[in-house]
Amino acid sequence: MTIEELRKLAAEIRARIIETSHRTSTPHLGSCLSCTDILVAAYFSTLRIDPKQPRDPNRDRFILSKGHGAAALFQVLALRGFYPEKMLETYGEDGGIFAEHPPTPSHLPGIEAATGSLGHGMPMGLGMALSARIQKQDYNVVALLSDGECNEGSIWEAAMLAASQKVERLMAIIDFNKWQATGRSEEILALNPLADKWRAFGWSAYEVDGHDMPELLRLMSKLPDGSGKPVAIIAHTVKGKGVSFMEDDNNWHYRIPTAEEVVAAKKELGVSGGA
Amino acid sequence: MRNAFADEITKLGAADPRVVLLSGDIGNKLFDKFKDKAAARFYNCGVAEANMMSVAAGMALCGLRPVIYTITPFTTTRCFEQIRVDACYHKAPVIIVGTGSGLSYAELGPTHHSCEDMAILRALPEMTVMAPGDSLELRAALHAALKHDGPVYIRIGKKGEPDIHPGMPALEIGKAITVRQGSDVCLLGTGVLTAIALDAAKLLEAQGISARVESFHTVKPLDTARLTEVFTAYPVVATIEEHSRIGGLGGAVAEWLAAQDPVKGRLLSFGTDDAFMHEIGSTQYARNKFGLTAQNIAQQVVARLAARQAA
Repeated sequence: MTIEELRKLAAEIRARIIETSHRTSTPHLGSCLSCTDILVAAYFSTLRIDPKQPRDPNRDRFILSKGHGAAALFQVLALRGFYPEKMLETYGEDGGIFAEHPPTPSHLPGIEAATGSLGHGMPMGLGMALSARIQKQDYNVVALLSDGECNEGSIWEAAMLAASQKVERLMAIIDFNKWQATGRSEEILALNPLADKWRAFGWSAYEVDGHDMPELLRLMSKLPDGSGKPVAIIAHTVKGKGVSFMEDDNNWHYRIPTAEEVVAAKKELGVSGGA
Repeated sequence: MRNAFADEITKLGAADPRVVLLSGDIGNKLFDKFKDKAAARFYNCGVAEANMMSVAAGMALCGLRPVIYTITPFTTTRCFEQIRVDACYHKAPVIIVGTGSGLSYAELGPTHHSCEDMAILRALPEMTVMAPGDSLELRAALHAALKHDGPVYIRIGKKGEPDIHPGMPALEIGKAITVRQGSDVCLLGTGVLTAIALDAAKLLEAQGISARVESFHTVKPLDTARLTEVFTAYPVVATIEEHSRIGGLGGAVAEWLAAQDPVKGRLLSFGTDDAFMHEIGSTQYARNKFGLTAQNIAQQVVARLAARQAA
C-alpha cells in the first residue's frame, strides 16, 4: 500500500473506532486513536503475516501489550482479513467475543496474547522471541506498550532479560501519548527521559513522531537493527489523534462520544457514510 | 527432592526438545547437567519472577514446554497475576515448580515459607495443583505434567525427604495412590507430610488401630471417587499437609464434603495455623509448633475415633 492509502485507511479505522465507541459505550477512545497509525503500519506493511494462516509457526507476532487499545486492534484485524468485518457487529454484545480487551488467541484469529492487565504482553512477547531462537525460526515479535504501562516493573524485568539475552528480534513500541488514566504520565511516575531509560536497559532506542507514516514504516522495518540488541521505538503520539476536540484531552480516556460528536469527528477525518 | 527434580528434568530435557528450564537465579550447579545437555534451553531469568512467568507462557504458546523453578513463594505469590492471566487464562502448558515448599525453609523465616500457595493456585481455572509425596512421585509427576495440556503447579520439598514408594509409582494426575492399607481410619497425606502420615499410621498400629494412608499427590483436580470411597468406609478421615488448613487439601476436601449427603466419615484436618511464625526455628520445630508430627496426628486421630465410637 502507498503512504497515502495507509493514511486513508488509518482515518477510516479511526472513524470506525469512534462509531463503535458511541454504539457500544466502550471507553479508551483516546488510547485507541493514539496508536491507530502504528497498528496500520504494522499490520498493513511491516509484519510478516498471512491472515489465511493465522497460526503459521514462523509468522511475526504482534502483541497489543496495552490491551485497552483493543477496539483499534479489532478493527485492524478485521480489515486485514483475519475475520469478517461483519463479526464486529457483535461488538460489546452479551455472549460475544469483542470485549474491551483482546481475548485469548484460541478465541479470535490474529490475537497473540490476551492482554488488558498491563505489563504482561511484552514479557510474553519476550518468551515468544526466545522461542524463535530455540526453535531456529526467524520471526519477529513486536509489542505495543503505553507510556502508563511503563509504570509496571515487569516491563523493566523483561527489558533486562531481553538485553542480557541479546534478543534482537524483539521490538517494543511505546505509544508515548504523555497521558495515563488519571493524569500526565510524567507527573505520575517520572518516565522521562524515556528513550534514555531504554538505552540504559541495553536496548537500541529510536524516537519518532508516532503519526508520521513514512517514519514509522522506516523504523518498524528495522528489526533486527544490526546492533544485536532489542529495539525500542518511542513513538511520540497524541492521545485522541485525528479529532481536534479529542486531541490531548484525557477526558477521552473514558468519555463516550455523542451522536453529534461522531458526525463531527468523521467530518474532520474526511470519512463519509456509515463505517 | 530438588536433586531428583534436577535429575529427572535433565533426562526429560534430553529426550524432549520442547522442554525449556527457567530458573529464578537459584540452583547454583544444580542444573549443570541440564546445561551440558541443552544449553540453549536453560534460562536464568534472574530475580524477576513476574517476567519469568510471562516469558514461560509466551514460550508455551509457541509450542515449547517451559518448566519454571524457584523457591515457592517467589514462583507463586510473587507472580500470581502472571500465573492467572498468562498461564491459566491462555491455558498455556507451563510447569511451575516451587521448591522448599511449606515449612522446608522454616529457618529462613516467613518470607520463605509457603503455606498458602495451594490455596491460591487451586482457585485458578485450568490450573492443576500437585504436591508429590516423595522424590519418586515427583519424577512421575513431571512425566504426567509434560503430557498435560495446561498449566501444572508442582510444590516440592527441599532435600533428604524419605521415600514412601519402593520405586517410581504409576501416577495419574487426579488419582490418589494408596500407600498403606488399613481398616479403622484413613489418613490422606499430600506432599512431604505423606511420610509423616505413614509414621502416624505406624504409631496407630501400635495402639491397635489400623490406618490406611493415601497419597493425594494431586490437590486439584481432587480425586472425588477416592474421597467418596474413604468417607463411606471410615469413621475418621484426616488430611495432613504442610500448608494452611485454609484452602489446601483439607480445605478442598471440606468443600467437597459439605456438598455430600451425610457420610460415615468425619474430617480431621492437620495443617499450619492461620498465623505467621515470628520466632526462628528448624523445619522440625515448625512442624511441632503446628502439630504436624506423627505423635500429635496419631493422638488426635485416636481421640476423634473414640469420640465417634462413643457417640
